This record gives sequence, C-alpha cells and structure tokens, in this order.
Amino acid sequence: MPHYLLSVHSVEGQVREPMTEEDMRRSHERLGAIEQEMKSSGMWVFSGRLHQADTATVVRTAGGQTVTTDGPFAESKEHLGGFYIIRAGDLDAALALAAKVTAAIDTPIEVRPFAATSDE
Amino acid sequence: MTTEGQEAIGRIFREEYGRSLAMLIGLFGDIDVAEDAVQEAYTLALDKWLAEGLPPNPGGWITTTARNRAIDRLRRQTRERHLLGEAALLASDSEPAQEGGAVPDDRLRLIFTCCHPALAAETQVALTLRLLGGLSTDEVARSFLVTESAMAQRLVRAKRKIKAARIPYRIPSDHELPDRLPPVLAVLYLIYTTGQSSPGERGLCGEVIRLARLLAALMPDEPEAAGLLALLLLTESRRAARTAPDGSLVLLGEQDRGHWDRGLIEEGQAIVRRCLARDRPGPYQLQAAINAVHADAPTAADTDWPQIIALYDHLYALAPTPVVALNRAIAIGESHGPVSALTLIDQLDLDQYYPFHAARADLLRRLNRHRDADAAYQRAATLAPPGPERDFLNRSGRTA
Repeated sequence: MPHYLLSVHSVEGQVREPMTEEDMRRSHERLGAIEQEMKSSGMWVFSGRLHQADTATVVRTAGGQTVTTDGPFAESKEHLGGFYIIRAGDLDAALALAAKVTAAIDTPIEVRPFAATSDE
Repeated sequence: MTTEGQEAIGRIFREEYGRSLAMLIGLFGDIDVAEDAVQEAYTLALDKWLAEGLPPNPGGWITTTARNRAIDRLRRQTRERHLLGEAALLASDSEPAQEGGAVPDDRLRLIFTCCHPALAAETQVALTLRLLGGLSTDEVARSFLVTESAMAQRLVRAKRKIKAARIPYRIPSDHELPDRLPPVLAVLYLIYTTGQSSPGERGLCGEVIRLARLLAALMPDEPEAAGLLALLLLTESRRAARTAPDGSLVLLGEQDRGHWDRGLIEEGQAIVRRCLARDRPGPYQLQAAINAVHADAPTAADTDWPQIIALYDHLYALAPTPVVALNRAIAIGESHGPVSALTLIDQLDLDQYYPFHAARADLLRRLNRHRDADAAYQRAATLAPPGPERDFLNRSGRTA
C-alpha cells in the first residue's frame, strides 16, 4: 500500500495568536482522537514532533574529511516541525486524513508520496 | 483521396481517442502505457483503413487493437510484467453497474483524474485537452501560447505526479462531488472561452461541447453539468453572428439574429427549462438562463432586461464576484440608462480586467463623454489578448 509523508512546517519568527489553554486542550484532544482512528484503521506507520530547527546539526564530507556544522541544512525560514507517515489507498484517502489533522491544529500540511516502501 | 482519407481517419481518431484511452487506463492502471498503445493502434489503423476502408466499428477496433498491443508489449517487457497481474485486478475493481445496468463511461473517471485539485489549474486544462480531447501536445501548446517543449514538460510532470502520488482514477462519491465537480466544469468553460477568443482554435469549442455533452449525459443528477452544457450551446449558437465577414467582432446588440443557430438555441433552451423545473439553481444554470432570455428576443430592443437583471441578482447571491457585479451593472445600464450603470461599475475593483474598461468605455460613449470613453477603450485594448476583441477596442477608441 502506498505510503505518504504528512509534514507540518513551522515558519521562523512567525508570531501566531497564542492559544488559550482551553483551545490547546481541545486541539490535543482532537489530534489524539485522530491518531487513535489512524491506528485502529491501520493507516498509522510513524509520527513525531521535532525540536526547534536551531537544535539541528549537519554532517557532510569535504575532501575526505567529515565536517560538522551547527544549524539546519536548509537556509530557509520554514522548517519541518513534525510529521506523520501513513499508509493510504490513494491520494484522496491521504488528503482526507490531512484535512482532519489540519483542522485540528490549524496549520497547513504537505502531503508527499514515498517513492517506495518496504511492504510494497 | 489519400489526404481526404487521412483527414477522415484523423477525425474519427480524435473523437474516439478519449474513450479508448480512458478504457485502457482503466485496464492497465497506467497513463503512459495506454497513450503509447492508442498511438500505436492509430498508426496501424491509418495503414489498414486507407487500404481496406473503415471497419464497421472504428472506435471498437482502435480500443481492441490498442489493448492487444499493450498486452503484447507488457509481455515483452519483463520489467513491467507486474502490471499485467494488476490488469485483471483493476478490471474487476471497476465501478459497480449503476441504476439501469448502465456501465459508467471510463472517460468520466478520467476527467476527474485530470481535474483533480492536487493538480494546478493550468495543468488540469492541459491534461483534459491532451487525454480526453485527443489534441496533440503541440496543439495543446498552441492553444495556451507556450512552446511545445514547455507543454510536454508540464504534461510529463503531471503524469508523474498522478502516478507517484496515486491520484485516483474513479468517480468521486456523492459527498466529495461538491468539491470535485466545480473544477471539472471550470476547466471545460475555460477551454471553451480560450477557443472562442483565439480564432485559429475554434476546434477547441467543438471539443469542449462534446465533453460537456458527455458529462451531462453521464451525471444526470447534477444540474450544474446540464447548466454548463446549456450555457455552451447557447453561446455557440451565436458563433456565426459574432464575427463580421472581415473577422472583426460584432457585439451582442448589433448581431444579425437571423444568423443564430436555431437548433442549438432550442437544445439549450430545452435544457434550461428542465433545470428550472428541477429548481436546484447554480451559477452555470443561471448564466445559461440569461443566455436563453437573449435568445428569445427577436431583436436587441425586444430583450427582457428586467428578467435578465433578476437572473443576475440571483447569480450574484450565489456567486458574489466583481465580474458578476459588472455584468449585472451592464444589464441595468440597458434597462435604466448609462448613469446608474456607471455609478455601479465605478465602485468595482476590476482595474486589470479588460471587459471592465470596455464596459465603462461604452457607457461613457453613450453619455457623450468622448475623451473619457477614448481613454477607457485604450486601457481595455492594452489589457485584452491579441485578436478580434483587441482590434474591436482599438477601433472603437479611435471613433469614440
């Protein structure tokens, strides 16, 4: 079955209206319910939330030497903040799930297919 | 005879292309495999039919030949052998028969794939023309004023995304239709208007009407699909009157109504009446109804403007866009005079839209404000795409 990456991107320096505790609790609850549903329907593969991009380190080789640098790889203002890896029959099924998640967290989600997966 | 025969075969091929291709995609689950096979079948048909004449069912011959060619080729290519295993699976996975036992046309599935919201609007249009309209990549490129290689790239990328992201090849379920039908209707309407404003591409309009007929026939429960077909038929009925012998544009009010196609009008008006009886109005049905009112008037002076304004009021309630407001104001101008129309139009934020300036120019001319009218015609001509409409605006500017 095809796999998709559902990724949530955070924008550096973007100030969002702070959520009230009540809103935050409700958002967590909705997300928890969606994740439970994903697991029971067999769509859930893996998910995770990442620390801020400034905690990232990049490793590369240059002239046979390993070079380690502080900071994220992409020189952009948008960074991956968290993701789901899901199994879905087709793009419509993946988009329907992404629509539920985006409604719960009020942040856009990028849906991208995996080139190949171990169970294909 | 040979050229004539080739042209006749080319015409049949274009008419049958979408049906054959859609069926093969259903069978093999792969657009590229289906395209190659249908192309190969066409090459074979050209040789065979020129020598032996047409078979009794040319469309069926193309589909069967293409299917056999595709199976042969897939057998030869071990790399793609797994597709053969899937072919049977996909075939049995097809939609269950609808009421009355009618098998839904594969082309309907294909149009929903081409117009999937995960594809950019311009890509939706290009794919629809290429895969359902049977236009060559070069023809699609010319319709949109881009190079053939740019269009080829756009199509390759779109097909890659359909395959990689698994954009489904099926008719959306009822609860999905409110989101999925509007882009299909918008793509067809956009292709029609593109064909209408580029005189070299009038074949496009015929293709769109063919696809709109198909959509309306295959989705009898969707009044907006019928509405789009009626709108296109009624617009098409005025084609012959829309241009003067020298190719210049003739406005609706000045057209020779004797040159309107009565057959298309009757067909369009009958659909509008059925839509009214059904009473589930939508933007395309209302635009069709407005055109039906125009078609009823033997002369421009007989036009029932109050009814047209009432229909625009209804349309504006459903689709409150500045373009609808502009057209409503133009109708008010015909009924209440240019001053009230100009007051309404000057409140609209449509500075980049050439029909806005053209409408202002016409109202200013009627108010004898010739200098202002001239400036508005010039502004409209600068924004209009090259073609008869721009020529018309340039000419009017000089005489305003």
